[in-house]
Amino acid sequence: MALLQISEPGMSTKPHEHRLAAGIDLGTTNSLVATVRSGVPATLTDAEGDYLLPSVVRYLSSGEAIVGSRARQAAADDPYNTIASIKRLMGRGREDVTTLAGRMPYHFVDEENTVPRIHTAAGDFTAMQVSADILRVLKQRAEDSLGGDLSGVVITVPAYFDDAQRQATKDAATLAGLNVFRLLNEPTAAAVAYGLDKGAEGIVAVYDLGGGTFDISILRLNKGVFEVLSTGGDSALGGDDFDHALAEWMIEQLGVTDTSDPKLMRRILNAAHEAKLALSDSLETRISVELADGERRELSVSREQLNKLIDPLINKTVMACRRALRDADVTAGEVLDVVMVGGSTRVPRVRERISEFFGRPALVDIDPDQVVAIGAAIQADILAGNKPDEEMLLLDVIPLSLGIETMGGLTEKIIPRNTTIPVARAQEFTTFKDGQTAMSIHVVQGEREVVDECRSLARFTLREIPPMVAGAARIRVTFQVDADGLLNVEAREETSGVSANVEVKPSYGLTDSEIEHMLMDSMAHARDDMQARALREQQVEADRVIEAIQAALHKDGGELLSTDERGLIESARDNLIERRNGSDIGAIKEAIKAVESASEEYVARRMNKSVQSMMAGHKVEEFE
Amino acid sequence: MAISLTEKAANHIQGFLDQRGKGIGLRLAVKTSGCSGMAYVMEFVDELEEGDEVFEDRGIKVIIDPKSLVYLDGTEIDFAKEGLNEGFKFSNPNEKDRCGCGESFTV
Repeated sequence: MALLQISEPGMSTKPHEHRLAAGIDLGTTNSLVATVRSGVPATLTDAEGDYLLPSVVRYLSSGEAIVGSRARQAAADDPYNTIASIKRLMGRGREDVTTLAGRMPYHFVDEENTVPRIHTAAGDFTAMQVSADILRVLKQRAEDSLGGDLSGVVITVPAYFDDAQRQATKDAATLAGLNVFRLLNEPTAAAVAYGLDKGAEGIVAVYDLGGGTFDISILRLNKGVFEVLSTGGDSALGGDDFDHALAEWMIEQLGVTDTSDPKLMRRILNAAHEAKLALSDSLETRISVELADGERRELSVSREQLNKLIDPLINKTVMACRRALRDADVTAGEVLDVVMVGGSTRVPRVRERISEFFGRPALVDIDPDQVVAIGAAIQADILAGNKPDEEMLLLDVIPLSLGIETMGGLTEKIIPRNTTIPVARAQEFTTFKDGQTAMSIHVVQGEREVVDECRSLARFTLREIPPMVAGAARIRVTFQVDADGLLNVEAREETSGVSANVEVKPSYGLTDSEIEHMLMDSMAHARDDMQARALREQQVEADRVIEAIQAALHKDGGELLSTDERGLIESARDNLIERRNGSDIGAIKEAIKAVESASEEYVARRMNKSVQSMMAGHKVEEFE
Repeated sequence: MAISLTEKAANHIQGFLDQRGKGIGLRLAVKTSGCSGMAYVMEFVDELEEGDEVFEDRGIKVIIDPKSLVYLDGTEIDFAKEGLNEGFKFSNPNEKDRCGCGESFTV
């Protein structure tokens, strides 16, 4: 018979209508799936009892995809068909791949302006497809464990993932046949796993040290909502570097001079890895390595020695923590809880140093490999509707401001960063020129005032705006960000109802450090940006005046002005054109005034003329 | 009238209650639905309802409403693993037939 689980009071489901849900941690190195059963969240294991699924896919010429440890074991023998660390390519464009590809051995299919594809024995695959193969295995595992189909999942993504990377993750899930309730930031999931969302409001630091990546996130819990205040880290620092540091020390101790033998180096690295793990439980361990000449050598290593070797690496993470705190504008003393995530936080020295830095013991009770998946499972369980009266409605925030480009290359922020999602905001814009029938909308992401310094997300054009004088059209631009942080922008001309919209699709990506840079830059350049903004605004105003006077002169300048009068206006205009291209805001302002005063009389005559022409053919009485 | 738990089932129920941090026991009930007429229900109990009968076996309070008790009397609850799946199993002497999936039954 079916195996039953215990539900919350009054929340049991009808047979065949179980609301089965799972949380998925789709990681760079390993992926996990977790679920809540009988009220208890836990990760699910495969038939061998392993909960970690290595995020490695090997493609065979038969078309079969092998996922997990079997694929990882084959990585050395079949490097071109065995894809690892695919998460680094999610939502990335060609340019990004060129920079990342140096570190990846794969053959990228050479083609223009498409999502990059990796050539394997089974065909060409995008990062999204490779991720979908990993997700399929996790889906199968969850459905075998729960005895039914999943109604939905929550998938975690790094806090710094941009729209394109989030969309790629969502697309991968769809491809794997999963219904995504929502995407959740990894540090937020870790905090949820510890129940911090139900605790005191305040600052939480999430320290995530994995095998090859390090992330620090500073969150603020405010009215049940986690805001990401800042993120930082190093995408090329992790526990693997600890292994390398220890291996180098061993090479020295063993007197190995020839380091070109890859098999020997691999043996030493493996031994270093084992020793590191052993030293998490004991103060001293013995290492045994077979050298190139077949001789087996033994070596003793203490935890103290390991600490000395890895301290410089831990220092780097501490510095990143300090930077993240500064970005978030909080002090270490304000941090209420420090959550440890990632297998490398098992190293006692890491716990010690980080607890010391934040001045409080770090939270380590939940297995640091599983904590993110567990948080995701808790969230999925709630979203599936298994909890009475919405125990928590966890919200997220957008990491970088979203806006559009306005005249003069300025950024108009429509949704500021750290706004909770889902959110919809609208703002009205208008046309710049008489008779303008189209408007190009450039959607950007970032904190800088100048568009060139922000990241371009999408461009689209609103056409068929009815011709009107400049400033008469009312174009409403609506930004909508759904619960997964995905953006839809709509532009609509209110008088005619014409509209156009765009959904942000994968195109380019940002590296985590780039996001950090963008945030840092915006602070460092705040003053310059303000200055630049003021100048651009004045230049736009100048352009508008020049445009208007040109149009007027062209239309009736000859008729209404004497040559002298016209000359005065034109020289004021030429002076303005010259000033406009300079950078003196005051001078531009004055030149605008000069044009306005020079053309005062002309403007009055034009008014009279248009009144006359309007009244021509009508009797005076009609206007009374 | 009696309901019994295997030791495994009792241990798991106690574990779940401990992890949940609240609740006085386990409710067993029978719902009239499903492909074969009736279905079992297992829920945590935070407060008793009128007419509830409370049994105790191996330290676990099992709470059953009088209507359901008619169908559940003599039932033994076990905890089982089948492949990757795990959960509670009912052995109910009143049960005459089940639907193929085993989620619902007739008496």
